Amino acid sequence: MGDPGMMDELDRAIVNSLQGGFPVCDHPFAEVAARLHTTESELISRIELLLQNGMLSRFGPMYHAERMGGSLSLAAMKVPAFDFERVAEIVNAMPEVAHNYARDHILSMWFVLATETPQEHAAALEKIGQKTGYPVYDMPKIREYFIGLKLSV
Amino acid sequence: MTSQTTLDEIGRQIVLATQSGLPLEPQPYHAVARQVGVSAEEVMARIFRMLETGMIRRIGVVPNHYALGYKANGMTVWNVPDEKVDALGEEIGELDFVSHCYHRPRHLPDWPYNFFAMVHGHDHGEVEELVRRIAGLIGDADRGHEILYSTRILKKTGLRIGG
Repeated sequence: MGDPGMMDELDRAIVNSLQGGFPVCDHPFAEVAARLHTTESELISRIELLLQNGMLSRFGPMYHAERMGGSLSLAAMKVPAFDFERVAEIVNAMPEVAHNYARDHILSMWFVLATETPQEHAAALEKIGQKTGYPVYDMPKIREYFIGLKLSV
Repeated sequence: MTSQTTLDEIGRQIVLATQSGLPLEPQPYHAVARQVGVSAEEVMARIFRMLETGMIRRIGVVPNHYALGYKANGMTVWNVPDEKVDALGEEIGELDFVSHCYHRPRHLPDWPYNFFAMVHGHDHGEVEELVRRIAGLIGDADRGHEILYSTRILKKTGLRIGG
C-alpha cells in the first residue's frame, strides 16, 4: 500500500477533481488530461498507479443497485463475543452478503446484502436468522440524502 | 425517485463489463463496445442514458479513505423526530466529512436511531469533534446519538450483478 504523502500535485488533482464527471466521449482521458494540464498517457498511468497502490479503490461508473432493480440493504445482529466467529462464518458464506463489519456495540455485526430482487433479500435475511439463531434487524434505507463529491487530499 | 428500469441484455452486458472498472486505455468505451459486441456509439448512448436516469450515480475515481489517511470511520446514529429527518439529512449530507447519509427504520425499544451518517476522520478524537459539530447542527432535535466504530472488516466484496 502506498503512502498518501508521496502523492504529488497531479495525483491530488486526480483524486480531488475526478470523483465524478468523467466524460462519455471518444477520448475521455484526453479531455480530462487537457483540463488537468497533463497528457492522456500520463493521466492513464497515474490512475493505474493510484489503483495499484490502493489510494483509489475503483475507477469507473458507480451503479445504483436499486435503480437497476436490485436490492441493497443494511442489517445488524446482536452477536455475543463467544459466538462471533461461528456467526461470522455463516454470514460471510452467503453470496448475497457484500460487506460485513464488526462494530463496537451490542449490535455487533453489521452487513450489507446485495441481491437482484427484494424477494431474494427477504429470503437471505430469513436464512441468516435461521442458520445463526439470532434475530436480524433489517435496516433498509427509507431515504438516501445527497452526498457531494468532496474527499480532498 | 422510485422508478426502476429493467436492464435488457445489452444493458446487462455493459454493466458486467464495467462494474469492476472502466478499461484504462485511451478509448475505454470503444473497449467496452468490443467486449459487448455493439458499437461504441451504442455503449456511450446507453451509459449517457443510465447517468440521466440515475442508474449510474457518477463516473470517476473512488478514493480509498483508509489509505488516504482517514483511518477512523464512525457510523454515527441519531434519534431525531421523523418529521425533521429529511431537512437534517439534506443539511448533514452536505458536510465534507460525511460520506453516506440515510433515513432508516427504528427497531424499538432497543434501537431508537432513525438517522445514519458515516463520518470519516484521521482518528477517533477527530471523529468525536466532527460528531459534536453535527450535534450542534441538529440542536434540540437530537434525542440521543452514538458512534459505532468498525473494529474488523469481516467481508468486503464489490457489489455485483451476476453473470
